[in-house]
Amino acid sequence: MIDLEFSEKLEKVQASMRNLSKAMLRPIARKYDEAEHEYPKELDAFRGMPVMGGGKKKKDDGDKKKKKDKPKSDTGTNLSTVVTIEEMCWGDVGLLLSIPNAGLGNAAISAVATEEQMEKFGSKWAAMAITEPASGSDSGSISTTADLDGDEWVLNGEKIFVTCADRCDEVVVWATVDKEAGKAGIKSFIVEKGTPGFKLEHLEHKLGIRASDTGTFVLNNCRIPKENILGSAEVKQTEGFKGVMKTFDNTRPMVAAMANGVASAAVDFTREKLQEAGYDLDYQKNPNNLTSVEKEFYWMEAQLDAMRLLTWRAAWMADNNEFNNLEASMSKAKSGRYGTLITQKCVELLGPLGFSRDELAEKWMRDSKILDIFEGTGQIQHLIIARNILNLTRKELK
Amino acid sequence: MINFSMSKQQQMVKKEVAKLVKDIVTENAHEMDENGEIPAESIEKAWGLGASVSSVPEECGGYGMDDSPIESAIVLESLAYGDMAFAIAATTPSLFISPIAKMGTEDQKMKYLPNYCGETFTPCTMAINEPRFGFDAVSLATTAEKKGGSYVINGEKCFVPMAGNAKHMLVAAACDGKNELFIVSTDNPGLTVGDREKTLGLYALEMNKVTLENCEVPAEDRLGGDEGCNYDLMLQRSRVAMAALAAGMVNASYDTAREYAKTREQFGEPIAHRQAVAFMLAEMAYEVDAIRLMAWKAASKLEAGKDAAREAYLAKMYAGEMTMKMCDYGVQILGGHGYIRDYPVERYYRNARAISNLEGIAIV
Repeated sequence: MIDLEFSEKLEKVQASMRNLSKAMLRPIARKYDEAEHEYPKELDAFRGMPVMGGGKKKKDDGDKKKKKDKPKSDTGTNLSTVVTIEEMCWGDVGLLLSIPNAGLGNAAISAVATEEQMEKFGSKWAAMAITEPASGSDSGSISTTADLDGDEWVLNGEKIFVTCADRCDEVVVWATVDKEAGKAGIKSFIVEKGTPGFKLEHLEHKLGIRASDTGTFVLNNCRIPKENILGSAEVKQTEGFKGVMKTFDNTRPMVAAMANGVASAAVDFTREKLQEAGYDLDYQKNPNNLTSVEKEFYWMEAQLDAMRLLTWRAAWMADNNEFNNLEASMSKAKSGRYGTLITQKCVELLGPLGFSRDELAEKWMRDSKILDIFEGTGQIQHLIIARNILNLTRKELK
Repeated sequence: MINFSMSKQQQMVKKEVAKLVKDIVTENAHEMDENGEIPAESIEKAWGLGASVSSVPEECGGYGMDDSPIESAIVLESLAYGDMAFAIAATTPSLFISPIAKMGTEDQKMKYLPNYCGETFTPCTMAINEPRFGFDAVSLATTAEKKGGSYVINGEKCFVPMAGNAKHMLVAAACDGKNELFIVSTDNPGLTVGDREKTLGLYALEMNKVTLENCEVPAEDRLGGDEGCNYDLMLQRSRVAMAALAAGMVNASYDTAREYAKTREQFGEPIAHRQAVAFMLAEMAYEVDAIRLMAWKAASKLEAGKDAAREAYLAKMYAGEMTMKMCDYGVQILGGHGYIRDYPVERYYRNARAISNLEGIAIV
């Protein structure tokens, strides 16, 4: 039965995450925006907190299509995760991305690792290295190579825009085992820090999410044990890359939730300022009879609600074993774009306060921009949605 | 508890309405629009679904089922997928029935509902909109003043659905600093049903101006009696209803544009193969869902008996903006053909502005 109200249990998750975020993240948000690249030591308290849907997935999850007529709860992994992420990002998105042992690499490992791999790598901080200087959205074209030499893989290439590059213990590196095979040849490997031939080249200076360290790695004849490959080493034309891309169906709603969190910070702050100025927000009057600032504020709120609903739906579907490739991209497309617009609008409405670094609004406008870019840009999401609804191949709709 | 899947009952309702729409609405929508009328037999068939009376108590002629704003939203969306004018017309009596059933006194329910909850469609309606710049459903220019045992109502109303044939209507008026609804007979000498409105869209739906000039109604015809009514609740429900209508029509525009783009060839391939077109369609796909989910979110609150002022307001506001934008996309994707009345997208484009500009023309 359609019901878009949270259960008490989910409300509790939300409220406790908000409190945590308010107490631990918001107070240090500005500090680490300014101290770029400095490790936020306060985050040690969060080590291992499973924000990215951590914890080993149940074996039968996702593979078998179990038709469940009646979902028993709304606190499944994915929905509680997006609710948690939104609340944490209300505090600070850059800091959320820096929570120890909760990197995207950890999400990938917990999704596909064997028990042995989980044992060995599961409790460490894992970053994710996909992007290369010449491969951005076209991640199928990566040129980092992995060659099997006896009991070792030998990795060569350059990886950029790696989140938590400096702070992580290990990196999930995407590389091709067979360039000829195209996408089917792309596999992911766990490379531990300190491995000879694996070098952190430099850290980036960014527009926003400055609390999060983003870096470049060079792999130069980097040798790792054969068993560090995630998933099968076999090159199959049918699976392979699609399997790798499937992780995105889980992570895209999470990035959408980050955008929702930053946007909700902007909405809440704008509301506070409006109320201080004596505006009575009663959700009654014809929008055209309001002042411009009130109307725009309602617009921000309405957009945020729409973003949240699309995000919750994608996550809820994953919890209920429904294929959510389309809905995951819809949530990311909507939240990425409109989260950016909401934070821009917040800065605009606040006037001089918006332009000032004494307040966080300007920071949210810088931070939110990345959420329409990483984990697939808004344009890539639209491509995925369009191919899906039009039933077109990559060749037909480029 | 969050749940995005429909219950068996909800699926059944959706299926039933969708079948009726496919059989008698979609294909006739163009003709109804051109002729400016809806065949009485189609209206009767839709009435047979019982949507407007399902939650009315049995002793008043209804089915006595649980009141479900979500089911109402599903019904309205499914009807509007075929034609929004038809959807409003077929459920117009609910504008009168629903507020009385929920907020009327026992006497009012027994006196008025049985006449309108029978097996045949009997027009009755509600008058909210006023023909003036800056009209606002919460600051009405129409007034009701208590004089002895009566109220005297004065004001101008417009876009009153089916007022031409209605025997009764609820009239919204400001009364003692509050907004109230009054049950008024169209036989009342102080009430004049004016000409049919000439409109931008919804051609098939008859809507009229209504003038109230020293219109005297007995005090017992104030909805809810001396206590008055919960006008805000009525507004919340109608705002959710209009957002649901919007979802249905935008979905129709999206489906038409998508199918067109897949078959229309230019430069040697379907125009859907171009990002400029495909990305508009992608946006339409998720905005249809967003409009619907916003309506359902507010409906969920109402269903749980909570105040939905915020959610209903934002759902209608969101629908108002996005319906216009997406129906604009619909016409644009069909290009010159979209501008020709043979295709339905121009009708959706004209109808779209009803969502943002009007209040209280649908409820269930």
